[in-house]
Amino acid sequence: MGSGLLYGVKRVSTPKVPTSERLWQLFVIYLPYLWLLLFFLVPFLIIFKISFSDPVIGQPPFTPLFDSSESSFIHVTLDNYRFLFEDNLYWLSYLKSAKIAAISTFWCLLIGYPMAYGIARAKPVQRNILLMLVILPFWTSFLLRVYAWMGMLSTHGLINTALLASGLIEQPLKMLYSDTAVYLGIIYSYLPFMILPLYASLERLDNSMREAASDLGASPYRVFTDVTLPLSLPGVIAGCLLVFIPAMGEYVIPALLGGLDSLMIGRQLFNEFYSNRDWPVATAVATILLIILLVPIMLLQRYQIAQEDGP
Amino acid sequence: MKQRSYFVTTAMFFGYAFLYVPIAVLVIYSFNDSSIPTVWNGFSLRWYSALFENEQIINAALLSLKIALISATLATFLGTLAGLALTQTNTFKGRLLFTGLIAAPLVMPEVITGLSLLLVFISSEQLIGWPDSRGTLTIIIAHITFSMAFVAIIIQSRLATLDKSLIEAATDLGAHPFRVTLDITLPLIAPAMLAAWLLAFTLSLDDLVIASFVSGPGSSTLPMVIFSKVRLGVTPDVNALATIIITIVGLGVVISGWVMYRQEQRTIRRVQQP
Repeated sequence: MGSGLLYGVKRVSTPKVPTSERLWQLFVIYLPYLWLLLFFLVPFLIIFKISFSDPVIGQPPFTPLFDSSESSFIHVTLDNYRFLFEDNLYWLSYLKSAKIAAISTFWCLLIGYPMAYGIARAKPVQRNILLMLVILPFWTSFLLRVYAWMGMLSTHGLINTALLASGLIEQPLKMLYSDTAVYLGIIYSYLPFMILPLYASLERLDNSMREAASDLGASPYRVFTDVTLPLSLPGVIAGCLLVFIPAMGEYVIPALLGGLDSLMIGRQLFNEFYSNRDWPVATAVATILLIILLVPIMLLQRYQIAQEDGP
Repeated sequence: MKQRSYFVTTAMFFGYAFLYVPIAVLVIYSFNDSSIPTVWNGFSLRWYSALFENEQIINAALLSLKIALISATLATFLGTLAGLALTQTNTFKGRLLFTGLIAAPLVMPEVITGLSLLLVFISSEQLIGWPDSRGTLTIIIAHITFSMAFVAIIIQSRLATLDKSLIEAATDLGAHPFRVTLDITLPLIAPAMLAAWLLAFTLSLDDLVIASFVSGPGSSTLPMVIFSKVRLGVTPDVNALATIIITIVGLGVVISGWVMYRQEQRTIRRVQQP
């Protein structure tokens, strides 16, 4: 990344590093490292561990994986995973989460692309204000933004009142506690995550290429499909992943806006953990969700690095 | 600048309307004098006074502020160190894992982070008897963990675009890296650190899912209280609370945006007049 000269310059010529410099460097690196190992990596290993243990009634409700009192040192069971594969409920939840996340991502792209494009083409002063207006909802509470939709979609909410007044419908529509509400909530909440990376790649886009294409007689449509869109593809991919990944594991939106049958896996995990108190199954659900998301997460990291290294 | 097409202008209009109409409706109905929260019945401030008499909400808000202050400060400290570490070319043991560990909390679904942190607290309680109960402390640790990643990314990108001549000069003159960091690097990245602190603070105030997992009895944060109220339906005092929060955040963002814009203009002027 070309920013390594921060401390390195002196050291190139003097191979012997004084102890105090070495200590400071160790402190800078290993204090945050240790924290993340303890509270981010180790927790995942524990999730993984518990997903292979038996549920028991007690506190905590799982059998220890390493139990010195047993003759076999490691006690492993695949029952939790077998249970997940055999019960349709979980399969359907994963599929439905993926479907809801994918369709919402598509809508975010559809709404977000023209917006990001417009912001990137605006005059600098306007651009700052327009960008701030995209970021502003992101700083206000996520929960309250989801709650705002409860008011919009309820039987006597704004949308029903408007539709009734216009005479388009005679009975209020039941929109709250449905899949439509979940879609709306996700699109609304994650739209800024789509617009910001799109804007970043569109803003960097070299205008001369578009002008060249246009001067050579390409129609505005051709300029867009052959120049603008391909060049903004890293932003499109980053934006889509930034929406898809958290939407897939979303809990709050289906819990507040979805119906009782809204089977998203994040909600399923929460229920398994709190209502059924079956921790081993809950951790198995989490492990599989993580495995599903591993590819998108790694893709995202690749594209973010590619964006940072770009011009 | 090229003229925007009608399509883009229309799309932007509807896009911004989509972002702001629900918030506007939420705010308007907080002044509604009716206990049916979605039927307009005249202007009133009754939900605001009801809010200030609600001890549960006041206590939860104070707890959330306390957690956000402590966790944002510590996350800024750890995240800045991580950002400094990431910008060093000197490879160190486990650099790849470190980079992964910094980036992962940014995209990890909250249910997984929350569940895994809860399990680590329970396991460590079993093993070494710490933490002996779950509550404020465990929420703070959880919030530091996910917000330090955001801090590290902000600091890292600021350091990447930094003019390094001052740092190099100081290093060449034999200054200790600690002094270089304290006297030169930190003042240069101070605005980024403030932005990172604000983000960490907001993330902590806003978090519901992770706090719900790692919290214990008696320590309900503001989002937890709001969530338990609104899962049963719309309640106007939450609208009032939302209006207060949106006003504070809105003012904060507008003011800091304006300050940054002014600074930018000053820098541009300085560059233009040598």
